[in-house]
Amino acid sequence: MALKGSAVMAETISEETLSLAASLRRSPAARLAKAFAVAGTEGERGVRLREIPFLTQLGIRATPGTPAAAAVEAALGAPLPAIHGSTTTGGGYSVLWIGPDEFLAVGDEGSADLDRGPAETARVAATLGEAGSRLPGAVVDLSANRTTFELSGPAARLVLEKGVSFDLHPRSFRAGQAIVTVLDHVPVLVWKTEEETFRVLPRASFADHVGRWLLDAMREFSAPEVH
Amino acid sequence: MLLITCPNCGPRDETEFHYGGQAHVPYPEDPHALSDAEWSRYLFYRENPKGLFAERWVHNGGCRKWFNAIRDTVSYEFKTIYTGESPLEAGAKGDSQ
Ligand SMILES: [Zn+2]
Repeated sequence: MALKGSAVMAETISEETLSLAASLRRSPAARLAKAFAVAGTEGERGVRLREIPFLTQLGIRATPGTPAAAAVEAALGAPLPAIHGSTTTGGGYSVLWIGPDEFLAVGDEGSADLDRGPAETARVAATLGEAGSRLPGAVVDLSANRTTFELSGPAARLVLEKGVSFDLHPRSFRAGQAIVTVLDHVPVLVWKTEEETFRVLPRASFADHVGRWLLDAMREFSAPEVH
Repeated sequence: MLLITCPNCGPRDETEFHYGGQAHVPYPEDPHALSDAEWSRYLFYRENPKGLFAERWVHNGGCRKWFNAIRDTVSYEFKTIYTGESPLEAGAKGDSQ
């Protein structure tokens, strides 16, 4: 379908329809929700896990410093992050650096209430211009591509370190940074949102495996440390 | 485990990378003008040096970008990561070997 067509279509879908559609969604790790809830532990070795499903995610291809990048930045309300590991925020989005000309804009938690991906994609993509004179860049709706896991608590980093070889110590990985890497052979984004809070974004087809891997890696922290 | 320094992402485990073979193998200007033997030479024949080798690598577990590297095939050590002309070629010209 042409971009313009989907933009028109998105505008004509009523809030009721969007909210009905939202009520019918099923997240990639829905069946693990109960297991996540009971696996959480408190205390100085505590770690908790939850899925934050259905966040709006826009895949962006644009070379920083070009008119296309400027157009996307204006539409998003956030600059594109300049270097590997960095993120930016604005306009209800956090923008993650994926590659030198590739970025992922992730909507705030409220973006999950309704299926905003298609409409937001059309809105941001429209700023690249009409076919024939379109600026060289792309915006695609990737909201259903990855789900989001949030691992939090004092032991969150210890859990991730079992499967991520990147140095997650605060000296090299600070709150607000995100990297593309591999967790237990699975390609993921690892995004440190707060000092003891990490988001892990696997593709939907890997959500079950990554969810179960995290549950397994968390198990030891429900018992006292063995010296 | 080797640490390979991606020009975009910095040092990462070798398991995040894939090997792309010999670097600087130019695509024939006119493939139709080649004989079968010449075409097969372009497709399949590669150097296999003992020592420094210019190679293609891709950071598929990260930024997904390709880059070139000079690697010592004896020690596996990555000597340099670069774009553009091979430093080996540049060196050979300079040394007039
Ligand atoms: Zn990279």
